[in-house]
Amino acid sequence: MNIIVCIKQVPSTEELQKVRINRENNTLIREEIENIINPFDENAIEEALRLREKKGGKVGVISMGPPQAKRALERALAMGADEAVLLSEVSFAGSDTLATSYTLSMGIRKMGKFDLILLGKQAIDGDTAQVGPGLAEWLNLPQITYARKIEINSKKVISERSLEDSFEVVEAPLPALVTVTKEINEPRYPSLKGVLEAKKKRITVWKSDDLKLDKRRIGLNGSPTQVIRIFTPQSPEKGEILSGEISEVADKLIKRLEKKKII
Amino acid sequence: MDFEISDEQKVILDLVEEVCRKELAPLADEISREGKFPEQNIKKLAELDLFGITVPDEYGGVGMDYLTWTLITEKICKACATTGLVFGANLLCTYPLLKFASEEQKKKFLPSLAQGKSLGAFALTEPEAGSDAGNVQTTAKKEEDGYILNGNKIFITNGEVANIYIVIANVDKRSGARGLTAFIVEKGRRGFTFGQHFKKMGLNALPNVELIFDNCRVPLDNLLYKERRGFRIAMETFAAGRIGVGIGALGIAEAAFEKAKEYSKQRVQFGRPISSFQAVQHALADMATQIEAAKHLLYQAAWLLDHGKPFEKMASMGKLYASETAMKVSAKAVQIFGGYGYMKDYPVERYMREAKLFEIIEGTSEIQRGIIANLLFKEK
Repeated sequence: MNIIVCIKQVPSTEELQKVRINRENNTLIREEIENIINPFDENAIEEALRLREKKGGKVGVISMGPPQAKRALERALAMGADEAVLLSEVSFAGSDTLATSYTLSMGIRKMGKFDLILLGKQAIDGDTAQVGPGLAEWLNLPQITYARKIEINSKKVISERSLEDSFEVVEAPLPALVTVTKEINEPRYPSLKGVLEAKKKRITVWKSDDLKLDKRRIGLNGSPTQVIRIFTPQSPEKGEILSGEISEVADKLIKRLEKKKII
Repeated sequence: MDFEISDEQKVILDLVEEVCRKELAPLADEISREGKFPEQNIKKLAELDLFGITVPDEYGGVGMDYLTWTLITEKICKACATTGLVFGANLLCTYPLLKFASEEQKKKFLPSLAQGKSLGAFALTEPEAGSDAGNVQTTAKKEEDGYILNGNKIFITNGEVANIYIVIANVDKRSGARGLTAFIVEKGRRGFTFGQHFKKMGLNALPNVELIFDNCRVPLDNLLYKERRGFRIAMETFAAGRIGVGIGALGIAEAAFEKAKEYSKQRVQFGRPISSFQAVQHALADMATQIEAAKHLLYQAAWLLDHGKPFEKMASMGKLYASETAMKVSAKAVQIFGGYGYMKDYPVERYMREAKLFEIIEGTSEIQRGIIANLLFKEK
């Protein structure tokens, strides 16, 4: 069984405070901060590796991003993926979810035959959760989103889909695309042997010409979503605890609220 | 001189640091407080293949050098000294096996140690044989198809949790240290049991256990190297082990220093952070300098070992200096924390209790000075 996992490199959650914004094109400046594999995508890699352990086959990983996204692919290889592809070209910059899913779909077509495509349910930076579904449409595949459990049964994928306060069991014929939640598993750390093995594997880099892309569909040109402004939200003011007698505290509270023109 | 680490080492160290930060460090206080063996940490390290760093590929390891092992052990001890010592003590078993064991013995014992499925231990210390390591009273009586061991070992790190023990016993008491012989003894052999679990000033989650040999039969195949070579095996093993003990002390010193530096920036007295006072600044400067000096002694010792050069003097110097640095730095860290430093709510009092052990194990500071002096006079 051949599985392809799409991963995204995102700023480390521990470094979010340091993320700066490029005012000219309203994108994040990612070069100076520590980047990680989107955590939900790590769950997708882990699930792919577990399925391979059970069913055999191969796990390929693919990412679209700047050259430093190679680090994320190296980590996936160290975790145990068999091959890695990076789609990287300056013209890909500024892609929204439509352009991203188009570009990824062309990369996946070039990678060859597959039975299952896995992604995290969303990326922790953009939080759109659209690339998975978009990709399924470009590839004309059935899709299952928010999977917290996956089973492969001959030619079918059977999955538990997380809903607000319940889950549903759904199935789809293979090949299919599934996006996963963090409940599905606990991702492994790469082992030392995995790291050393990964150093021997090469990461394939493809550009738009390699993929015969329709240039109108990639990067900013292919992105109907235009980011008008991007900003760091002000963190809410620190809460304050009033203490003392109840009537005293109530008085204080009323005065505060009046001062802030809330009442 | 090249002080640059390789690309490969960097990736591995980043990975170890990540695991230390996310998995080991958050549990360190609890492990120490409850004195519970850090089984989950050991499992994590095993999954990462860390137990096999210095064991070659053909015996199930990763086949990297002792310098890499040293850099990794430093990080583990900085995050959790208990876990670091369980990890480090394993080397006292894999090192003599790699150096002295027969091909059959290596094939039999190393793979499970390299994969962290078995833990290893080294048993020399006895009530009457500490610094006077040659005074081992445990006997090994030769029989037709093996040896019968009798005697008690104390303070043995990884006792009871380890599956494979290198045990030093005497085949001929009249010859003293020259009768000492090393055996590989598996847990579960009849006549091999565990006695007291020793309670300590710190590091109570680290097993230090009494081993009891009561007519324990060990087959000929478990003789390590040759009869009467036990003292040499022990001394060579300890020489390498000193790099590990030194780096463990260094990890604690680094942790204590970082906590003290951070605290000094936050703690305000007389209207300004205490880091703005020269008394505190000079203390931190001394701590950082001593840490760097100790680090380079130990890295160099590991480098010498990797390159097949005499490393014993540098290892003793590194162990001596790093353990005394850990003691000084952790005590200074408590001082910078002031009253809070003495409280159990902050980790620095724990570092101070942990640091003391390192001036004692694997040869006390006094023994190290003796070894260094001895080697100095042997040089021309």
